[in-house]
Amino acid sequence: MQLKFNDYKSISDIVEFIKNYSKKNIKIMEICGTHTMSIAKSGIRSILPNNVKLISGPGCPVCVTAITRIDEILSLVQNKDIIITTFGDMLKVPGSVDRMSLSTLKSMGAKVEIVYSAMDALTIAEKNPDYEVVFLGIGFETTAPGTAIAIKEAKAKNIKNFSVFSLHKFVEPALRALLNSDDFDVDAFICPGHVSAILGIKGFEFLAKEYKKPSVITGFEPEDIIVAIYKIIMQFEKNFAIIENEYLRVVTYEGNKIAQDVMNEVFEPVDDIWRGIGLIPKSGMGIRGYYSEYDAVKKFNIKLDYQEKTTVCKCGEVIKGMLQPNECPLFAKVCSPENPVGPCMVSSEGACAAYYKYLRI
Amino acid sequence: MEDIITLDFGSGGKKTSQLIEEVIVPAFSNDTLNSLMDGAILNGYKKIAFSTDSFVISPYFFPGGDIGKLAVCGTVNDILMCGAIPKYLSLSFILEEGFKIEDLKVIVNSIKEMADVCNVKIVTGDTKVVEKGKGDGIYINTSGIGFIEVESYGKDKIEDGDVVIVTGSVGDHGIAVMSARNNFFVDSSIKSDCMPLINLANIIFKYGDKVKIMRDPTRGGLATTLNEFVEGTSFSIELFEDKIPIRKEVLAACEVLGIDPLYSANEGKIVLIVAKDIAQALLSDIKNLPEGKEAAIIGNVTSSYKGVVVLKTGIGGSRILNKLTGAQLPRIC
Repeated sequence: MQLKFNDYKSISDIVEFIKNYSKKNIKIMEICGTHTMSIAKSGIRSILPNNVKLISGPGCPVCVTAITRIDEILSLVQNKDIIITTFGDMLKVPGSVDRMSLSTLKSMGAKVEIVYSAMDALTIAEKNPDYEVVFLGIGFETTAPGTAIAIKEAKAKNIKNFSVFSLHKFVEPALRALLNSDDFDVDAFICPGHVSAILGIKGFEFLAKEYKKPSVITGFEPEDIIVAIYKIIMQFEKNFAIIENEYLRVVTYEGNKIAQDVMNEVFEPVDDIWRGIGLIPKSGMGIRGYYSEYDAVKKFNIKLDYQEKTTVCKCGEVIKGMLQPNECPLFAKVCSPENPVGPCMVSSEGACAAYYKYLRI
Repeated sequence: MEDIITLDFGSGGKKTSQLIEEVIVPAFSNDTLNSLMDGAILNGYKKIAFSTDSFVISPYFFPGGDIGKLAVCGTVNDILMCGAIPKYLSLSFILEEGFKIEDLKVIVNSIKEMADVCNVKIVTGDTKVVEKGKGDGIYINTSGIGFIEVESYGKDKIEDGDVVIVTGSVGDHGIAVMSARNNFFVDSSIKSDCMPLINLANIIFKYGDKVKIMRDPTRGGLATTLNEFVEGTSFSIELFEDKIPIRKEVLAACEVLGIDPLYSANEGKIVLIVAKDIAQALLSDIKNLPEGKEAAIIGNVTSSYKGVVVLKTGIGGSRILNKLTGAQLPRIC
């Protein structure tokens, strides 16, 4: 059954309802970094009663990238024949040594180009035949289909100097890993609108069916999130747990079949490490054998390390929802967007960056 | 004369003279400049405002203007914001070898047009040429002098209950430049708001010390300027998100680019804090100008918090609106 909110005439009525809701303690995790940003920007926390808490989950792709992978990227870019192409968010993420990042190496002469899509990276490869162009494939099921298309296109055009360092990840295994851990303390989920557009409602059904967690797929406008919180509260009031889709204008039950197919054609599930969580079986997207010539890991013989390095910052705890960003001892003291220690402060979707940029009153 | 800038044009010799005399001076011809002395000798005044600004914008032609227009507006507007009427400008070019004379002429013409509109004279200048690869086509520096009209502006004048006004939609310039640079939204109607603020300022000057402080929110945008107003004071600004004028197309572009329009640069807007009793009158005077049509009251000064800007969001939440941290976008002016 779908809960409707037509017994409430407007968002302001719903806001009033939420403000005054005091019956149950509910901890809601938003899984998507874009939700994290929207929540902070629109000041949603300032209207929540003390008994309803929003906790940011592992939804920022840059943030969940293990520091060992950052180190591997930083050593790859030292190769003078390589141009690294990446989404801008990765630029300032420091590795484990001296806060060195792609950005600092770029200012020392390393070739790093910011792109807005994997296809842009492919264009750079075509224009620079004397260089090896490596695209840092980062993101969940939302960006992976785009990377898959670029790889297919490279093969179709027989472009040899292009490859992808796949850091792409599946959302579900990470959520299951969190839900299965003993210290995980979250009652409900706001599910990511973008990932759901690809995977469909069925991609998140397990949260309610198997784990009995009320869950709502929603969009990114503040009003979308308000309605999602309201619907979650309603599920608690009526004592049931289902997956609801508030993002009707985008998300269907089956999702985007074409995107799913191209992603599955190019990528296969492989074990991967996540910052803060560690090794999660079958949670990463490795490039399938048929496309292995475009796999930067094979092409440049990158020795992938599966051991997590310890870090001074508490990004790992923040990603798991165990610490709020401002509870990290480094927050806004030694760690800021200008001089970040961990990825959560770097990425525009990072929980720490959201807290820093859009402070609560 | 050649069609492109060669290193010889920067030599200081004949070619330099030719460039100055044929391309630059004729546009701004006046007795002071025509004398071509090392500096300008000007009629004095008891109190003057003096400002300088360098322009390195990329691309130098952008929707709604070019680096020349920006170079005049930027310095003229800075002088106006000091409460002064701009009178004289200096004009210095740094040109890169290979730059097209044709492009320079277009830029010089924009400078002339803007100088005429603002009633300022270009009275001294300089031209240097750097080797290919050592510049990005053209850089301009302008410095300017203005005569003080209103002396009272300052954040020490801000009081509880004052009102915040912005003279039009925010964020246009930053987004227009970013779009032009990356060929995003090529068909869109987003244009830079680059323009001289002289007409707006003339109206504001009439209200004397009822206007507490004003500034043109360029780099760092509206959010950063408002923070500068209350930083270190015992007041805060309460800002209403849904009252801030932002063009729909700018908002849409911001969404795609992940940019906050409140931090995006403006080059033709004023944000000011005024006494409550004249706020409505001043607002309607501003709205009577074509460039002030979209002006709005967007917030007020309170003593609830100290030295911060509090944004009341559309859904009724509130949060602190910080200064810009890090660069939103480099080389927009």
